[in-house]
Amino acid sequence: MTAPLTPRAPQAPRLDGGDAGLTRRHARDRAMTVLLATVMAITLAVLAWVLVYVAAQGLKYLGPAFFTQTPPGNPAQVGGGYANGIIGSLIIVGIATVISVPVGIAAAIAIIEYPGRLGAATSFVTDVLVGVPSIVTGAFVYALWVTRFGYSGLAGSIALAIIMLPLVIRGTAEMLRLVPVALREASSALGVTRARTIVSVVLPAARAGITTGVMLAVARAMGETAPLLLTTLGNSLFIQANPTQRMSTLSLQIFGDAITGFQSAQARAWAGALTLILIVLILYIAARLTGRRLTLTRS
Amino acid sequence: MTAPAPVSAAPAAAADLRGGRRYTDRAFRAAMLAAAGIVLLVLVGTAVFLVTSAWPALRHYGFLTFLGSDRWAPSDATAGSTHPNPYGIVQFMYGTGLTSLIGMVIALPVAVAVALFITEVAPAWLRRPLSSTVDLLAAIPSVVYGFWGIFALIPALHPVVNFLTSTLGKVPGIGLAFAGPFFGVSYFTAGVVLAIMVLPIMTAICREVFATTPADEKEAALALGSTRWEMLRMAVLPRSRSGITGAAILGLGRALGETIAVTMVIGNSVLAITTSIFGQGATMASVIANEFTEATEPFHLQSLFVVGLWLLIIALVVNVAGKLVVRRTRADIA
Repeated sequence: MTAPLTPRAPQAPRLDGGDAGLTRRHARDRAMTVLLATVMAITLAVLAWVLVYVAAQGLKYLGPAFFTQTPPGNPAQVGGGYANGIIGSLIIVGIATVISVPVGIAAAIAIIEYPGRLGAATSFVTDVLVGVPSIVTGAFVYALWVTRFGYSGLAGSIALAIIMLPLVIRGTAEMLRLVPVALREASSALGVTRARTIVSVVLPAARAGITTGVMLAVARAMGETAPLLLTTLGNSLFIQANPTQRMSTLSLQIFGDAITGFQSAQARAWAGALTLILIVLILYIAARLTGRRLTLTRS
Repeated sequence: MTAPAPVSAAPAAAADLRGGRRYTDRAFRAAMLAAAGIVLLVLVGTAVFLVTSAWPALRHYGFLTFLGSDRWAPSDATAGSTHPNPYGIVQFMYGTGLTSLIGMVIALPVAVAVALFITEVAPAWLRRPLSSTVDLLAAIPSVVYGFWGIFALIPALHPVVNFLTSTLGKVPGIGLAFAGPFFGVSYFTAGVVLAIMVLPIMTAICREVFATTPADEKEAALALGSTRWEMLRMAVLPRSRSGITGAAILGLGRALGETIAVTMVIGNSVLAITTSIFGQGATMASVIANEFTEATEPFHLQSLFVVGLWLLIIALVVNVAGKLVVRRTRADIA
């Protein structure tokens, strides 16, 4: 342990039988350090356990066919893949992103650039929305959309967009806050309007950070299952690229196959889980790498 | 996307230009504020649609009868009879509370320890990678945790639980809460999964809170001869108490609403409260996920909306409370 603040352990004088109190204090200090390190190690071990277990199970079945085929009609049958779910996930999350990103960025602009009562309320509501359980959002979209237009990929996209919205707003608002006021003032001094300043000066300066926030929101949406259960319902039989119809997603297929008793279905679900984890982790790591270049470039 | 019509750069009459620019400027502002309005509408809409969807059941059975029973028996429901209410939801509130509590009891000390290790013990170069790695736990999707929970965690829990049921379970009184048999899926299993899932957010908040301890106070403690642990205990932890509380509440808020992973490992028993934490049950979120698309009995779907409404209320209260507590420590990151 070579932390900068590590105190020098004074040599306990042994002449008068030893400073028992000091020795005990140092022993306790060492014990607590070991305890903290152990808990840290256990936490990392749990992460490794999940990742390695899913990888080991998933690799047993993962292959090219998994990405190109749909599941067999009878779940007890071996073979097939999640092509329909992967396509469904990409389409549904894609539409959700297209909905939530512009609205989210605009709302963040309203919060930061046009401060006022509406902005303050939006900021508070954004925080509240983060706490709304995703299953409740699913129920909301069911009542709002599915009761009128039926289960569809689009309904799932709306639910995911609602879940992504506060994440996008928060990520964007945080970045906008970091853009120096001097940049805005310089732009204004040149006679540029507020709107033009925001679009051409503020947003570009915050771009990397906003991208990070969006990628994290997409990663979150990719893994969501509960709200989709109530909105797109799933369609495990064939590839459906029309978002007005019931669609399957990777997460729904994993859920459906994981809780069947069939080993063949579970094998597909493990491969699906590995695929899902890989997609999410890639997004996550990409977001981190983008986030690292956060230093605002003065244009 | 959000780009307004570009301002014409062509030389035009100054008055026109000013008028046009002012117009786009105003339109842009209106568009941004409209987006903010959409955000407000989403929350209002969620509340309104939940209430209106739950309304038929609330009116039929009475608002409070749902809280008067722990028996959820849709097959007993008929279109006519209003009493007794076959849709008791107390057991779901109990399940949500108990699983979240188990999750908290496990995750809170771990989160504090991990955050202390990262901010105060680990060498500086290791802090960032450690933080990012712990955050990865939050990246793993709920459905994967549930699947892993069934096949990897449950077998590992069996010996632990068998030990607990044969020791604590034999104690008179509290033994009831730790009694067997243990079939794998249980409140406890769900609680353990929740602990793992809420650990990253709680660790992140604790980390932020610990990082706000003034360096001079820590150095003062060390200069007075404290060991590092004494410094942590006397300078860092007392200052962070409300932050840690906030972390716990926000973790709780996250755990309350967690759905799919819990649904997969809790057993989905809806008929009564099971006293043992190793027994099977259901949470408010899990019963919605489990029955929503197959709710065909009279008032079944509407009663699920009642559950959803209560879940929304509880989650919002907990989250806003956590937010306020964390904000008081000015570590506003959650």
